[in-house]
Amino acid sequence: MSIVLEAKNINKYFKKPVLFHVLKNLNFKVKTGEFASIMGKSGSGKSTLLYILSTMDTDYEGQLFLNEELVTGKPNTLLSRIRNKHIGFVFQFHYLLSEFSVLENVMLPAKKLGVKSHSEIEYDAMEKLKMLKIDQLAKKRASRISGGEKQRVAIARALINNPSVLMGDEPTGNLDSYNAENVFQIFKQLKEDQGLSLLVVTHDIDFAKRTDRIIQMEDGQIINQ
Amino acid sequence: MTNWKVILGIAKTHLITKMKSTTTASLGVTFGIGAYITLVSFMTGLNGMLDDLVINQTPHIHLYNEIEPSEQQPIALHEEFENALNVVHSIKPKQSQKKIHNALPILNYLKETGNVKGATPQLRAQIFYLSGSIELGGNLVGVDIMEEVRLSNIQDYIIQGTPEALKNNNSGILLGSGLANKMSLSTGDRIQVSTIKGDIFPLKIVGIYQSGIADIDNIQSFTNLKTVQQILGEAENYVTDINVKLNDITEAATMSRRLERQFKVKAIDINEANAQFETGSNIRNLITYAVSITLLIVAGFGIYNILNMLIYEKMKDIAILKATGFSGTDVQLIFMSQAMIIGAIGGILGLVVGYGLTRLIDNVAFETEALPTITTYPINYNIMYYIIGISFALISTFIAGYLPSSKAKRIDPVQIIRGT
Ligand SMILES: Nc1ncnc2c1ncn2[C@@H]1O[C@H](COP(=O)(O)OP(=O)(O)OP(=O)(O)O)[C@@H](O)[C@H]1O
Ligand SMILES: [Mg+2]
Repeated sequence: MSIVLEAKNINKYFKKPVLFHVLKNLNFKVKTGEFASIMGKSGSGKSTLLYILSTMDTDYEGQLFLNEELVTGKPNTLLSRIRNKHIGFVFQFHYLLSEFSVLENVMLPAKKLGVKSHSEIEYDAMEKLKMLKIDQLAKKRASRISGGEKQRVAIARALINNPSVLMGDEPTGNLDSYNAENVFQIFKQLKEDQGLSLLVVTHDIDFAKRTDRIIQMEDGQIINQ
Repeated sequence: MTNWKVILGIAKTHLITKMKSTTTASLGVTFGIGAYITLVSFMTGLNGMLDDLVINQTPHIHLYNEIEPSEQQPIALHEEFENALNVVHSIKPKQSQKKIHNALPILNYLKETGNVKGATPQLRAQIFYLSGSIELGGNLVGVDIMEEVRLSNIQDYIIQGTPEALKNNNSGILLGSGLANKMSLSTGDRIQVSTIKGDIFPLKIVGIYQSGIADIDNIQSFTNLKTVQQILGEAENYVTDINVKLNDITEAATMSRRLERQFKVKAIDINEANAQFETGSNIRNLITYAVSITLLIVAGFGIYNILNMLIYEKMKDIAILKATGFSGTDVQLIFMSQAMIIGAIGGILGLVVGYGLTRLIDNVAFETEALPTITTYPINYNIMYYIIGISFALISTFIAGYLPSSKAKRIDPVQIIRGT
């Protein structure tokens, strides 16, 4: 089995307000097609880790590999491109561009990638929306749909460029149990149907138990994986 | 790799959803550029008109014979006083004629020189105008009237009669308008002139001349060169002034120096004669640019503020864009293009407004005695000002957009995402 994501000796410090060693020598791998979850107490450094893994945070020590290629130390424009092409990110809060339609939100990363034509991108976006059962919202303004719907739009957007790995920071954190279950089913389906690799931070033990593997964090260290 | 379609698409959406700020910012630019175009067209129009007033009435080079003391006094020729300190009191110029000594050869020489459009001889005589019991001192200028017509715009200033009428009448006179008023004379009337020596000549008024400058119109009249020579009892080569028009005015200074040396006459070029005039033009230009730049700086601050506010509001969007793969440069370009779109729309609108306003001014009646050919305010329509105007708009919006957009470029998405 190939490795989609690998972290080697990751250390991170916050220098302000006081020097704080937030991530302590983390080592782990995510295999291709694996659905892994990260659990841990509040403040244990889960989000901090995820921002590093997503290449948005470059201020750390250690090495990060994506598809067995080193990404640590790459220039920012290249990291943007890697994020665009290989990493789908779902936030705890459904971050959408509120002035754009649902469809435009989903299409944007693909337009940035600039590989496919406009009509191809639109077709792909509609497919993703259909898969998430929100295709009827395509033309609506992103600010005029419900929280659960927004979360699914964010997932569709994360998937539009068929990334190598989907990362989520408490993607079900502020959803009701019905919608949380729905999102879990979507993730599971993506893993099973398309072999997508997933790494999801969650506080929901029922959610985590049903994933392939739980990475347990405490005080910036992995205590169990 | 920059994907302009996406970037401009996002910029457009931002501008449209924030229509009010967009309009305010654009109108700021419109105001600045519109004011610039209006001011510069009007001011340079005025400058051009005043320049014409002077340049058309001033020869490019004026040759005359100045009565002045010799630079070398006889004592300087004596070798024995060579190293002594010589003090000579009460130096007086040697009695000399006002006439240019070799006027005809000079005229012939000038007519054959390249770059000379023409050279006209003039004879200025001090005379008295007599009409009934009135006796007024003044000048009578003898000219080759048809050459004057060709080389200057004297016909614009002949408000009654024609140059031809003067040419065809050996005892004709184009009377100064001030003189005509004072003596209640008009075309067709007769007037007598008396020389300083006391000889009296009758002349027929064939036209009225009005330069618009009262000091001239109150004393000066024109007649044929030959007529003045007869009145003064002088030969046909008696000429006091030669006026030269050049094809290329920029050579006036060098040429006038050369003529001065070559013919031992006094030569004044147009720049020397109108040095103070330049100052007026420069000050008007200065005012134009000072006002326009002030307006544009105000507009620039408007754009700067609006973009700053927009970026502050759009922090979350910026974080999302960066998280989904847009680079810092992409984000900067999104906001820069908004600034540039505002600059372009506002600027073009400014050009249109400026053009409209100048058209309006152009049609406002403006009549002045000094400029008989001008009936409305002068406007200088120069495509150059429109090019400067739009460049101005784009450059100022570029600068105003650069700082906020650089800030957007540097925004750390992690900080924003954490912050919520
Ligand atoms: N910008 C910062 N500067 C200093 N300390 C920070 C900063 N951001 C986070 N921290 C600290 O780092 C630690 C880890 O934060 P992090 O957000 O990764 O926790 P978490 O595991 O995601 O918690 P939660 O489950 O509540 O989301 C916390 O103790 C937090 O106070
Ligand atoms: Mg967190």
